[in-house]
Amino acid sequence: MPILETIRLEKRFGGIAAAHDVTLAIEQGARHALIGPNGAGKTTVINLLSGVLKPTAGSILLEGRDITALEPHQRVRLGMARTFQINQLFLDLTPLETIGLAVSERLGSGADWWRLVGSKPAVTDEIVEIVERFRLADVMHERTAILPYGKQRLLEIALAFSCRPRVLLLDEPAAGVPEAERQELLATIAALPAEVTVLLIEHDMDLVFSFADRISVLVNGSLFVDGAPEEVARDPRVKAVYLGEELDA
Amino acid sequence: MSAMVPLADDVSAFLARRARWSPLEIAFWIFAFATIWLFPGKYLIMKDTAILALFALSLDLILGYAGIISLGQAAFFGLAGYFSGLVAKYGIINEPVIALVLSGLVAAALGFVTSFLVLRGSDLTRLMVTLGVSLMLGELANRYSNITGGADGLQGVTIAPILGLLRFDLYGHTSYIYSLIVLFICFVIARRIVYSPFGLSLRSVKGNALRAAAIGIPVKWRLVAIYTVSAGIAGIAGALLTQTTAFCSLDVFSLDRSADLLLVLIIGGTGYLYGGLIGAVIYKFLQDWIASLTPQYWQFWIGLVLVVIVLVGRDRVERWTAALRGAIARLGTRLMARPASLGSAAPDGH
Repeated sequence: MPILETIRLEKRFGGIAAAHDVTLAIEQGARHALIGPNGAGKTTVINLLSGVLKPTAGSILLEGRDITALEPHQRVRLGMARTFQINQLFLDLTPLETIGLAVSERLGSGADWWRLVGSKPAVTDEIVEIVERFRLADVMHERTAILPYGKQRLLEIALAFSCRPRVLLLDEPAAGVPEAERQELLATIAALPAEVTVLLIEHDMDLVFSFADRISVLVNGSLFVDGAPEEVARDPRVKAVYLGEELDA
Repeated sequence: MSAMVPLADDVSAFLARRARWSPLEIAFWIFAFATIWLFPGKYLIMKDTAILALFALSLDLILGYAGIISLGQAAFFGLAGYFSGLVAKYGIINEPVIALVLSGLVAAALGFVTSFLVLRGSDLTRLMVTLGVSLMLGELANRYSNITGGADGLQGVTIAPILGLLRFDLYGHTSYIYSLIVLFICFVIARRIVYSPFGLSLRSVKGNALRAAAIGIPVKWRLVAIYTVSAGIAGIAGALLTQTTAFCSLDVFSLDRSADLLLVLIIGGTGYLYGGLIGAVIYKFLQDWIASLTPQYWQFWIGLVLVVIVLVGRDRVERWTAALRGAIARLGTRLMARPASLGSAAPDGH
């Protein structure tokens, strides 16, 4: 059984179908990439999956359970977290506090109002683990607003990872990251634990083909091609869509 | 990684350090309690200031920490004000402290119920909805004048001695100390809340509600919770006013009362808890001082001061006073003689 499925997912904004008849199956542990030209509806699909948008029709199943009607925070609790294409961070907090928030929430102490932040060893230990995995230890006391962009991008992923998702949705994680900070980011993404299923949206074909074991191509809101990377790379229709873009990297 | 253990200590020390009482804060409260002996002739205005500070604290909790703007805190202030007056008048609950706590709970209940209206919509909608709720309660109090005394106010309230021991005196000695202690207790509770994981999650909701939901925070319920707490504290402030004046009138629901709170927070600043307290002191004493100079036109001068504050901007005031505050903080740190190990856990330790 796929860990995440969409069945005939549809999202219309007025007369425009941003997502049309999207039926997608993502296998447990997959590194699944969702690609497509600008405006193809990739981010719409992520917004539908994470609950930011409600679909016009169709349904979403997480581990066989229908989550179509659930609120975003409830989907996180069931094990699916996302990052955003444009950083959505808490600029006035430090990375330490930011990660602490997500960890406390997941360990069920996010609503504690009489205990002080940082007084629970289980939370602290997990914060430390995540800070190290995402190489944020040297900036963890800085205000997020003043971090270098690459570090903010790492924090964006670290924050989603702090929810301990079984399914992680990455929306263009490398977008806009300068070359100097890029390797660190790619290495971190490559080192995500194998048991976490990853759905990646990305424009960067190097990253897509080095990372993904399955690729779905979205064009004008509809699924166009779905298959292993080498099949997709060979497909002449995909080449036509990407007019001149280098796919067989 | 070998840095694992020190890093964990660093993390918990850093998080704990946020919540530690700073020397400046301790000095603030020592001074606040010292006023009992320092200014014996000023009890009445100091008591009013303490109540206003507590009321402003309630707004700061929702505005400064959760980003909920409100023009309707008077609804909770007024409801609890009448509640505490009525229970004392009819001898239902005679002991003031119990009545005070109950009044707070009644106001919190109203806060809980109305929070669902407030959560809908944006800032402007919230202003209107909160204002509407307090106006409606004010009209209800006016309509049922057989209970509330209507425009004449609630007459014949007698407040029993606190804990059966301390009588309210004519000079406001008891009522000032009582108000100050209640303010301090509520402040400690509020402080504890904002430094808890719950308080941190509120700040994240204020900063970015979209992302807060995306890391599993039930945004709506967190806002309901803090709105309820805030209403309870506003209610305690209202009940304090009734208990210390043995009177309650329709103006407890007035728009002025809610609007004053916004002024207080503009003067004092939001989001660090002391804004309401400092703002209340400045506002009250400015009002008192200007009113004694020009009894007719004091509102003009208050308005002018506000315009100047907004034009100058709090950033600049903070910069101008940074040296002074730093000096006090250093002095305090030296006096309290912290263990050196904490000082060495600076961010550059790795």
